[in-house]
Amino acid sequence: MSAPERGTTTPTWADVNRDVYRTLITAGNTYFAWMVLVALILAAGVFAWGNQIWLGLGLAGIRTPQMWALYITNFVFWIGIGHAGTLISAILYLFRAKWRTSIYRAAEAMTVFAVLTAGLFPLIHVGRMWFAYWLLPYPNQRFLWPNFKSPLIWDVFAISTYLTISVVFFIVGLIPDVAAVRDQSTGLRKKIYSVLALGWEGSDSQWRHYRRGYGLLAALATPLVLSVHSVVSFDFAMALVPGWHSSLFAPFFVDGAIFSGFAMVLVLMLPMRYYFNWYAYITDKHLDAMAKLTLVTSLVLTYFYLCESGTAWYSGEVYERASMFARAFKAYKYTFWLQYFCNSLVPLILFWKKARTSPVILYVVSIFVLIGMWLERFNIIVPGLGYDFYPYTWGIFLPRFTDTTITIASFAWFFILFLAFIRVMPSLSIVEVKEVLPHPVKHAHGGSH
Amino acid sequence: MATANVLGVFAHVDTTVDAIRELRAKGFADLTVYTPAPIEDIEQEVERVRPLSKVRLFTLIGGLTGTATGFFLTIWSSLIWSLLTGGKAPVSFPPFIIIAFELTILLGGLSTVLAILILGRLPKLTPSVTYDPRFTLDRFGVAVTCPPEKADAVGTVLRSAGAEEVRR
Repeated sequence: MSAPERGTTTPTWADVNRDVYRTLITAGNTYFAWMVLVALILAAGVFAWGNQIWLGLGLAGIRTPQMWALYITNFVFWIGIGHAGTLISAILYLFRAKWRTSIYRAAEAMTVFAVLTAGLFPLIHVGRMWFAYWLLPYPNQRFLWPNFKSPLIWDVFAISTYLTISVVFFIVGLIPDVAAVRDQSTGLRKKIYSVLALGWEGSDSQWRHYRRGYGLLAALATPLVLSVHSVVSFDFAMALVPGWHSSLFAPFFVDGAIFSGFAMVLVLMLPMRYYFNWYAYITDKHLDAMAKLTLVTSLVLTYFYLCESGTAWYSGEVYERASMFARAFKAYKYTFWLQYFCNSLVPLILFWKKARTSPVILYVVSIFVLIGMWLERFNIIVPGLGYDFYPYTWGIFLPRFTDTTITIASFAWFFILFLAFIRVMPSLSIVEVKEVLPHPVKHAHGGSH
Repeated sequence: MATANVLGVFAHVDTTVDAIRELRAKGFADLTVYTPAPIEDIEQEVERVRPLSKVRLFTLIGGLTGTATGFFLTIWSSLIWSLLTGGKAPVSFPPFIIIAFELTILLGGLSTVLAILILGRLPKLTPSVTYDPRFTLDRFGVAVTCPPEKADAVGTVLRSAGAEEVRR
């Protein structure tokens, strides 16, 4: 038994349960091969981190003026990836965009795992990560409290709130689906899912509070997601470094975050659709909608790029101009122009209708976007710190073995979490897909709305 | 006082709505309606006679607690150790708004989840007697709690509304 082939019939409610449940019981060799591969890469990363703790941050090439280098690049990149998930699960929920239902669960899982990945980087970057708790406000004998005027402390609050709310929102959404899986499974599996479903029965008294609460969580997550990358951008914009000190940074970062997040959603959803045979749920309409959002965010980003260089050009500020010039024409010129190519030019192919529904083109575009957005973070941080006010303090950073390994391993960490998730939890929302499928009615005139 | 539980299993949205309407009209108010997904038609019919869920009250209280905590923590801690940075006053509101905002969302969100659990009586340790695993698949259930002598009347209403199965 498998899902109907693309475009043949609309699935029934029972089909939804069946098509989701079968993803939890069958795992082929391909799945285990991927798991082994990402586990090995992750092990290499853990080894590199251990080595760095033992020998020091010099291994990652961190020295003045390049004190942020790859780790903070990765941090900003991964936080950004998470944003599309919350956009799909919260903002599009409030807008009642029906197409979101079949992709939101995987996108939300992506958010949680991306934030978990991002959260590792400040720890890796501080070196003595066992003192990281100093950032938290906790009562202590000497009445020492964090400096709440520092953007780095705002970051701690923003990221930990974002992680908590994303996890909570994700788990609340899972409860009715886990109950559906519980009722389909047998033996030990049934026992485990019974505990996780919290005794959910779908009775009216459960639904009425659940629905209210879910809507309110979405309403809380919406301003939160817009604030998180704004706060991350303040890490830069509050500093006086030329190229960073800009009031444009908050919307610029948020748009880039959503753009890169959509690319990651496509990278995850297209193989899932293929391997799980979910063509009946993730149709061309869904791909088209995601591609359009990618295109829009790309165009907005291009606009910000133009503003950025325009601001430097017309500012009359010698340092702003020099910083912009250095980024475009000095040591990091290749990464700079590659970023423009990936983020502003490649997505333009999505103006073509056929490209928006072609899985191959979408996949290739998404990979380019991910590379481009990673480079954007790199180009803000590394050349920004490398060419500041005073030529005597200029310095070039080149990635080393340790930080490169940890960067690659962060992808392995993300994918191992995601792969584990899709095997144990319903990665398509059973309940929400049923909501948008035609409801079973006996007399067509009375029931439907 | 002895009571009976009568359950009607339905395959369609409209027949379920009819059953609820019919039962209410006949004076049976103690209903439990099971649905695999929230369906607007059923929800409207069920909620018609009820006040709005109190979840939002929890959210409001949690959110305001967060705002107050954020401002209190930042202002109080800057006053007990007046760390002058950037020539700014120890209590400078603009940066504190960020902390207060984040705590508003954090506590607001956590208390919303708490409300879903408390008001929805979750976790539910023992399954209801009228629950059926098909209610997470593609069937709707209307369960009526009534005095035993009225159970037959309830069964008739459920059947005439279109229940595929009625059981006690």
